[in-house]
Amino acid sequence: MAEATEATEAAEAAGAGVRRGRVVEGVRAYGLIAGMWIRSTMAYRTSFALTTFGNFAMTALDFVAILLMFSRVDALGGWSLPEVAFLYGLSAVSFGLADLAIGSMERLGRRVRDGTLDTLLVRPVPVLAQVAADRFGLRRLGRVVQGLLVLGYALAVVGVDWTAAKLLLLPVALLSGAGIFCAVFVAAAAFQFVAQDASEVSNAFTYGGTTMLQYPPAVFALDLVRGATFVVPLAFVNWLPASFVLERPYPLDLPGWVAFTPPLVAAACCALAGLAWRAGLRSYRSTGS
Amino acid sequence: MGSGRLYVAVAAGGFRRYATYRAATAAGVFTNTVFGLILVYTYLALWDEKPQLGGYDQAQAVTFVWLGQALLAALAIGGGGFEDELMERIRSGDVAVDLYRPADLQLWWLAADVGRALFQLLGRGVVPFVFGSLFFPVALPREVSVWAAFLVTLLLAMLVGFALRYLVALSAFWLLDGTGVTQMAWLAGLFCSGMLLPLNVFPGALGEVVRALPWSSLLQAPADVLLGEADPLGTYLFQASWAVALLALGRLVQSAATRRVVVQGG
Repeated sequence: MAEATEATEAAEAAGAGVRRGRVVEGVRAYGLIAGMWIRSTMAYRTSFALTTFGNFAMTALDFVAILLMFSRVDALGGWSLPEVAFLYGLSAVSFGLADLAIGSMERLGRRVRDGTLDTLLVRPVPVLAQVAADRFGLRRLGRVVQGLLVLGYALAVVGVDWTAAKLLLLPVALLSGAGIFCAVFVAAAAFQFVAQDASEVSNAFTYGGTTMLQYPPAVFALDLVRGATFVVPLAFVNWLPASFVLERPYPLDLPGWVAFTPPLVAAACCALAGLAWRAGLRSYRSTGS
Repeated sequence: MGSGRLYVAVAAGGFRRYATYRAATAAGVFTNTVFGLILVYTYLALWDEKPQLGGYDQAQAVTFVWLGQALLAALAIGGGGFEDELMERIRSGDVAVDLYRPADLQLWWLAADVGRALFQLLGRGVVPFVFGSLFFPVALPREVSVWAAFLVTLLLAMLVGFALRYLVALSAFWLLDGTGVTQMAWLAGLFCSGMLLPLNVFPGALGEVVRALPWSSLLQAPADVLLGEADPLGTYLFQASWAVALLALGRLVQSAATRRVVVQGG
């Protein structure tokens, strides 16, 4: 009996070891592939500078729209410009980080359609790592920088009584937000195994999600806010942490402690997205061509 | 007469080509509807704060949002028309084959793009617009004549949109990699067409300037006719002037470019 237990324990330990090994291996492979793409990008420095600027300008357009709105009004849904800029900064940086890290997963639908995903399947590297690092675009830093600039502006002008909790929440919210958006990207990619041509649907949740979060929750219909809180929990990216920092009423009358749950929500989202990814990958049937 | 039939066939081909991807069309309808939903609430908040902003009432602002979502793909305001394909043909040199064809390069691509635009309008535009009209208070005209005038402005908008993107595509003759130009054109299109925010909401002189630029023919002009805010004849004149000027400029650039291709090709 004792031997059997020992054997099981050993097997479990080995299993955990293998699992940890795969994660390490995946991260390593991701780093290698991303590094390769960065070197290849840097071969054309002018093109890199231009596309990064383009990326910056494109995302800045959203904020220009907000500035134009505030050139005519003093508040939107009861929120002032610095407060909306704070929301915008949190959303844009979180989304920008996720987009930088794994935004290329959008292209999965194309690989499924033309059958080039098969090449990734035969390599001894986790497919998720390969797809996430595929065509890693350093130009996406433009979006992160733009978000950071707006966030910096917001922090300079917003007038908050800073406490330790508020200061701590800021980086936690940014990283958790990036985690939540990463989960959305992965789930959207998993959906593309089934959807193929319909890959544009994922834009509604990724780009649509970050656009929605740039505006105060009070602006939107209750059902939309409920959906963004309980179905696709985007509210945890910035609405709830920002409500805490700015001491504003919480959307849907949620209790105050939920502002500190984004890390948990991000972890749960990533776990669910991982399951969805596995199911998607298992359902993959090659085009055979 | 024969060549007229040719371009109709090219346009029909452009229509059918996009009609083939039904799942992609459905996905586009869904995405446009979601973006419309998000935008409509921000506009409602804006007009709650300041009723009659820019001369629109709230229902007109809501109509503007859904019209924008309906026209975004059809007029390729955010890219997605023929220009990427033509640029790639210029870069690879395939355009030399196109120039040998017994058809005019500009008219050929115009026909194909009008076919695409008509499909995108019907396939991707109608559903979000109807959705918006059913679930939100909109300001739609009752008179058939206004709708007819609106359709004319749409056709002219397609011409102006094509003429702008044709110039963008031809830049590939000189630049080879047109990514930067495409991005700039995309930015200008979103900002100056009214897609970002209705141009009548823009403050002061900036508003005057963007309304005079060709991009305002794309969304702002048809919207103002549909909402009864602009005189149709004046709008036709504005759009047609830009269409003629830009198409003529496209011709000029094209002849300069093709001379260059002859020099280069060997």
